[in-house]
Amino acid sequence: MLDKDMIWMLVEGTRDTLYMTLMATLFGYLFGLPMGITLMVTAKEGIQPTSRVKQKVYAIIYKVLDVIVNIARSIPFLILMILVIPVTKAIVGKSYGSAATIVPLTIAAAPFIARMVESSLQEVDRGVIEAAQSMGAGLWRIIWSVLLVEARTSLLIGVTIALGTILGYSAMAGAVGGGGLGDIAIRYGYYRYQTDVMLVTIVVLVVLVQILQSIGMMLSRKLDRRRA
Amino acid sequence: MDPIIQVKHLCKTFQVKGSQVDAAKDISFDIERGDIFGIIGLSGAGKSTLVRCLNLLEMPTSGEVIVDGKSLTELSDAELRFVRRDIGMIFQHFNLLMQKSVLDNVCFPLKIAGVKKQEARERAMELLRTVGLEDKAGAYPAQLSGGQKQRVAIARVLASNPKILLCDEATSALDPQTTKSILGLLRTINETYGITIVVITHEMAVVQEICHHVAVLDEGVLAESGTVQDLFRAPKTEAARRLILTGTEQLSRMRGGTAVRVTFSGQSSFEPMIANLILEYKMPVNILFADTKNINGSAEGEMILQLPDVKDTAERMIQDLRAKRLGVEVLEHYVG
Repeated sequence: MLDKDMIWMLVEGTRDTLYMTLMATLFGYLFGLPMGITLMVTAKEGIQPTSRVKQKVYAIIYKVLDVIVNIARSIPFLILMILVIPVTKAIVGKSYGSAATIVPLTIAAAPFIARMVESSLQEVDRGVIEAAQSMGAGLWRIIWSVLLVEARTSLLIGVTIALGTILGYSAMAGAVGGGGLGDIAIRYGYYRYQTDVMLVTIVVLVVLVQILQSIGMMLSRKLDRRRA
Repeated sequence: MDPIIQVKHLCKTFQVKGSQVDAAKDISFDIERGDIFGIIGLSGAGKSTLVRCLNLLEMPTSGEVIVDGKSLTELSDAELRFVRRDIGMIFQHFNLLMQKSVLDNVCFPLKIAGVKKQEARERAMELLRTVGLEDKAGAYPAQLSGGQKQRVAIARVLASNPKILLCDEATSALDPQTTKSILGLLRTINETYGITIVVITHEMAVVQEICHHVAVLDEGVLAESGTVQDLFRAPKTEAARRLILTGTEQLSRMRGGTAVRVTFSGQSSFEPMIANLILEYKMPVNILFADTKNINGSAEGEMILQLPDVKDTAERMIQDLRAKRLGVEVLEHYVG
């Protein structure tokens, strides 16, 4: 049952799962982080510009982004995966395998990450932002040196949550030939009734999530200077 | 006369759930270069809104704020950011970067101004020495006491060599001892660097301690303004009287007789005026409250007396006191 081939397959599956998860998280932040920052800044309670015209522009940007994020967030991942197959094919060249799964994973992760980033940045003390403004800091300076620095603990916890969620999504991708541990669990555990393989994949997934969680929490605690 | 800040017909209206709140109603005043100017009012009087209009953290609904000859509302965003470097601000809750060390906090305005890292660090260390915190350069704000945090904030604000320093309730979160030392530091800064300081507070004691001029705000309206001595000796408005008499509120429970507030400067001769009153009118005079305050270095005494419940006698006693060139006010509101 759990012979050498099977173990090798599980190792490969784990590698693929990690590859998909890490890449999708990376790309997810590539899009989600700027989106989250934009949401926080352009919100009514964000960092309002002085001119009325710019305030109007901000309001429009917020509304548009808010609607996009909400729509994307309400499409179930399994359906989204099928929906974006043309996009996946255009980017990766095929619609199955772990590299191809990164595309729908990223599309699903980005709006979710944007919301987490938005809420992390909202936790930054208004007074500190005001202090930076009073020193003559511009918007970019405030984003870079105040928001991202002051919220870094919360942002890192967000990364940890994102990793766990995306790992879960990547397993779901196994249902449509996504590769990785989810793929193995479905092919062997579900179609071939090999419960032991199923159990091993579950254990590996649990351990992976635990490790990612612990590293994330440790880092965020280490980087937090708010404790005396 | 060389005003560094001119506020002209400033109005600020907030829309709160459909209803209008006037935080500032047609406020005009000037602040002289090198002055320590107090803006005092009870909470909700509009002080914070007013001070935020002085560096445009809050956009006035109408009116003008002219700083060093420039009308702030007419500046572009970039110009405004540049002018803001000349207007430092410190806050009630210090507003330090919690994830940055003390040294990095002080370097922050220099970073904004594009000063080179090495140069910024040297200047920051020098400023930390000025505020007496050079040994805390590597510490984080969470490890400091309130007074130390405010000192860091002061070092940070001085980094960009401002011409004006706005203090928004800067001592309200501190204990009396620390408040005194922070106010002392502010006075030193005013004297050594010639920085004009604007102090927002709800505490008369703070105004008396360091301000030269003061404006009293009451429900968004500038009730009165002038020198601190004048306000203390002869407050013209009810709002000012209320602020001066906080600390003596318990008097409102007293009954009978006429109460008067008598003020005298430390230079006035120590004639036994109360003893004389009693001897002359053969009627008791009750001292309800007495205090001496240091206002800009001169001792100012204040006393609240309860005069006899005979209208005529009380009237003549007041005239007697006035004849001795003492400040006398009748406090109908507080006793009766």
